[in-house]
Amino acid sequence: MALEEYKGVYVFAQQVDNKVENIALELLGKGKALAQDLGTEVVAMLLGENIGDQAKVLAEYGADKVIVVDHPYLKDYMTEPYTQAISAIIHEFKPEIVLFGATAIGRDLAPCVAATVHTGLTADCTKLDIGDFPINPIPGKTQLHNQLLMTRPAFGGNTIATIAIPDFRPQMATVRPGVMQKLAPNPEAKAEVVNFDAKLEKNDRFVEILDVVKKVSEYVDIQDAKILISGGRGMQNKENYEKILRPLANLLGGQVSSSRAGVDGFGIPKELQVGQTGKTVRPKLYMACGISGAIQHLAGMEESDLIIAINKDETAPIFDVADYGIVGDLFQIVPALTKLVEQELAKKKAL
Amino acid sequence: MDFKLSQEHLMARDLFRSFAENEVKPLAQEVDEEERFPVETIEKMGKLGFMGIPIPKEYGGQGCDYLTYAICVEELAKVCGTTAVILSAHTSLCQMPILHFGTEEQKQKYLVPLAKGETLGAFGLTEPGAGTDASGQHTKAVLDGDEYVLNGSKVFITNGYYADTYVIFAMTNKDLGSKGISAFIVEKGTPGFTFGTKEKKMGIRGSATYELVFTDCRIPKENLLGKEGQGYAIALNTLNGGRVGIAAQALGLAAGALEVTTAYVKTRKQFGKTLDRFQNTQFTLADMATRTEAARLLVYKSAWEHDADPKNDGTTSSMAKLYAAETASYVTNRAVQLHGGYGYIREYDVERMMRDAKITEIYEGTSEVQRMVISHNLLK
Amino acid sequence: MKIVVCIKQVPDTAGGVKFNPDGTLDRSAMLAIMNPDDKAGLEAALRLKDMYGAEVTVLTMGLPKADSILREAMAMGADNAILVTDRVLGGADTWATSQTLAGAIRNLDYDLIITGRQAIDGDTAQVGPQLSVHLGLPLVSYTQNLKIEDGYVIAERLFDDRHHVLKVKMPCLLTALSELNEPRYMTPGGIFDAFKAPVTVWGRKDLKDTLDSDLGKVGSPTQIAKASDKVRKGAGTLHVAEDGSEGAEYILSKLKEKFII
Repeated sequence: MALEEYKGVYVFAQQVDNKVENIALELLGKGKALAQDLGTEVVAMLLGENIGDQAKVLAEYGADKVIVVDHPYLKDYMTEPYTQAISAIIHEFKPEIVLFGATAIGRDLAPCVAATVHTGLTADCTKLDIGDFPINPIPGKTQLHNQLLMTRPAFGGNTIATIAIPDFRPQMATVRPGVMQKLAPNPEAKAEVVNFDAKLEKNDRFVEILDVVKKVSEYVDIQDAKILISGGRGMQNKENYEKILRPLANLLGGQVSSSRAGVDGFGIPKELQVGQTGKTVRPKLYMACGISGAIQHLAGMEESDLIIAINKDETAPIFDVADYGIVGDLFQIVPALTKLVEQELAKKKAL
Repeated sequence: MDFKLSQEHLMARDLFRSFAENEVKPLAQEVDEEERFPVETIEKMGKLGFMGIPIPKEYGGQGCDYLTYAICVEELAKVCGTTAVILSAHTSLCQMPILHFGTEEQKQKYLVPLAKGETLGAFGLTEPGAGTDASGQHTKAVLDGDEYVLNGSKVFITNGYYADTYVIFAMTNKDLGSKGISAFIVEKGTPGFTFGTKEKKMGIRGSATYELVFTDCRIPKENLLGKEGQGYAIALNTLNGGRVGIAAQALGLAAGALEVTTAYVKTRKQFGKTLDRFQNTQFTLADMATRTEAARLLVYKSAWEHDADPKNDGTTSSMAKLYAAETASYVTNRAVQLHGGYGYIREYDVERMMRDAKITEIYEGTSEVQRMVISHNLLK
Repeated sequence: MKIVVCIKQVPDTAGGVKFNPDGTLDRSAMLAIMNPDDKAGLEAALRLKDMYGAEVTVLTMGLPKADSILREAMAMGADNAILVTDRVLGGADTWATSQTLAGAIRNLDYDLIITGRQAIDGDTAQVGPQLSVHLGLPLVSYTQNLKIEDGYVIAERLFDDRHHVLKVKMPCLLTALSELNEPRYMTPGGIFDAFKAPVTVWGRKDLKDTLDSDLGKVGSPTQIAKASDKVRKGAGTLHVAEDGSEGAEYILSKLKEKFII
């Protein structure tokens, strides 16, 4: 079959405990834009057991069509039945693009699917565009149009590469959570729902789930926060996060987060870590307090709308990405700022 | 002729370097400040085989050459002079004489656990009245039936109290002078063997330096190391090898001070530019680096000679010890100077390195003794 | 029990990256190390060896100089080492790499294959899972704890907000995280022994049941359109605070300017 005959942008609608996750909605947002560029539709692939009711959510966030595979094997995520199901959808519907979240599930499932259907896969993308390959015409080489150009950081965020999959379909990518924007939900939106029998078969690759152990997390997802007050090595200890950063975060309606130094050094929970090995965030305000700004950290926060950094060391790399860098002692500045913000808010309230 | 280290030595150096960075450096300041013997580091080094690097595998060691051992001491000393000397005294001064002069039974009983790092070793030669002139020993050993009875005391003993196995020198026949000295293996806990004063030192403050006291201390006859009267020869031979270890320690201190200073002058600003832009800094660093490299060549050559012939006349090891020690003092002193006021503050590593460096000009033969050995071999 | 651990030599990104004039990475200018996740995988294998007894084989695909990470692995305690190296294997993406490794592993007896979750140069985390597909093996990604019980691996598989305890029949493939454990140091004697030990070198012809069209640059579905140094957004304004309250005043003015408050 000719490559041009592959049509549609498909996204894997990751669900956990029968609830579609945020990443699926982000993928729909991006998928919709790509589909518009290509003049095609965006389709969500929803896998699970008794999962059909979630199709409505996907419609609200932009899905033109939802393919539902409902099967007991798909209740909790397992590599093999999920790989079989997605591969079967690809064989049947022949999408030109398939997107997954670069989550602990997507980064397991996508490579297995790509290996099964024999196509290329680009990991951890931060940017997806439709364009030409080669990007600039090369004499003697056909320039292909309407290709998915997938941009991703590599070498720990030191380099970026743009990847294409010119000779295979579908073009597949995993996308970092927190990078793409979901659409505003439209409660009126409807999507065509297709129930698909993937003909799942038990084989040697099946594993048995003995237990599902949920982590009880008392932390709000920092990826959802509009304002992050973030601490690093300069905080000196865990208590200072609560004493110095928390009051300011509370006043501004934000959350406290941390660099890896705080997680490894002071026992700040891993869920609050921003960076390459933590979470990618893009809040309206990211205030970096005592964070030197290792490249792995910058990779996780440099897309924030406004970055303010406080550091004693004027040569700290965090100042290279900060909109406003303040050279000074955070233990003086942050409490003083907290007091000022408090007064300011009180003034506003009085008006 | 090839000055390149082999791939094995390079990989071993990486190993020692990462161990030093990750396990030793974080404790260096605390160990110095609190004069604390770093027991946990010694235990880790034992498990990794660092405590028996040049000892053959059949005696529980790693079967590596003396150069590998010297590189280990160097890398440790780059971050912590204390840890380096503990390993050096344990290896050069306690294990080597047992390896070279011990009976098969002694090797099985004492060398194997020492090499595996299960026990720690020390060496007792110096006395209040017998320092540089080691032949003036007052400690006596008298054979009584199947036992020797030891009486006397030893001072400035590195690894004292913490060590389990001690190589101790004592007079068995005073009339014969230095030919009347014998060497013994003494176990910690032997009745009559106690510890006196713990010395408070200028540098290498985490290493334990104790007085050993022997009062009618009875040790089995089979713990005589070598033959009666062979003690002085054993001591001299041991110190020849030991000097390679101390020279490596001195080299490490110089190299470590050079490294932190090179990094420091790139960040510290005065008169609007970083210190590395000043010619005074550049020339001082050039001198520091040149002497350090010259010391390294001597140290590695002496280790290589030790491998080729452990009973060599010791000229090169004396040269290495002399030159590396004086280099360590010079380089650490310049390092403090380039740090300015901060160099005099305990928070900065070079302050400790300068204090640690001084001892390398004194112990296991002062610089003056090294000059005596070198000139003696030259003029004979 | 026979365990195969796949390892990769990677440039140490902590030291910064260098480029050739044509925009490709200048790997020779960077320090080459054993990929950290792979090292955790090797450590996991060596712990199984300590607990249950096992023969551990390390396998790498790379340039001849990747020999050094094989020596390092043996100095840590691996028993055998295989280097797959051939001009035609160069330029491989994860599809072609996993095909190459699969072709090599088909020559071996194994109960367990361990790979690192991802390499610090590519960060793709794809080779392990794709290898499991090519070999038809059950896969456990993001393994955090594991033990062996009567021919089964019991492993904790980490997710974002939970973990699954999985029971998996051997042979199977696990991918390991560097957080899994603290890899052991080499021993000095182990280093000298490792350089005396043989390393098996295989080329294209030694890969079993593998198509040329699945190997190297030719066999790679993904192609690089553009690669470059990351362009960062320019630095903003740097302000040296006179004291705490002046610094705070400054920040407040900016927060108001940007309508944060």
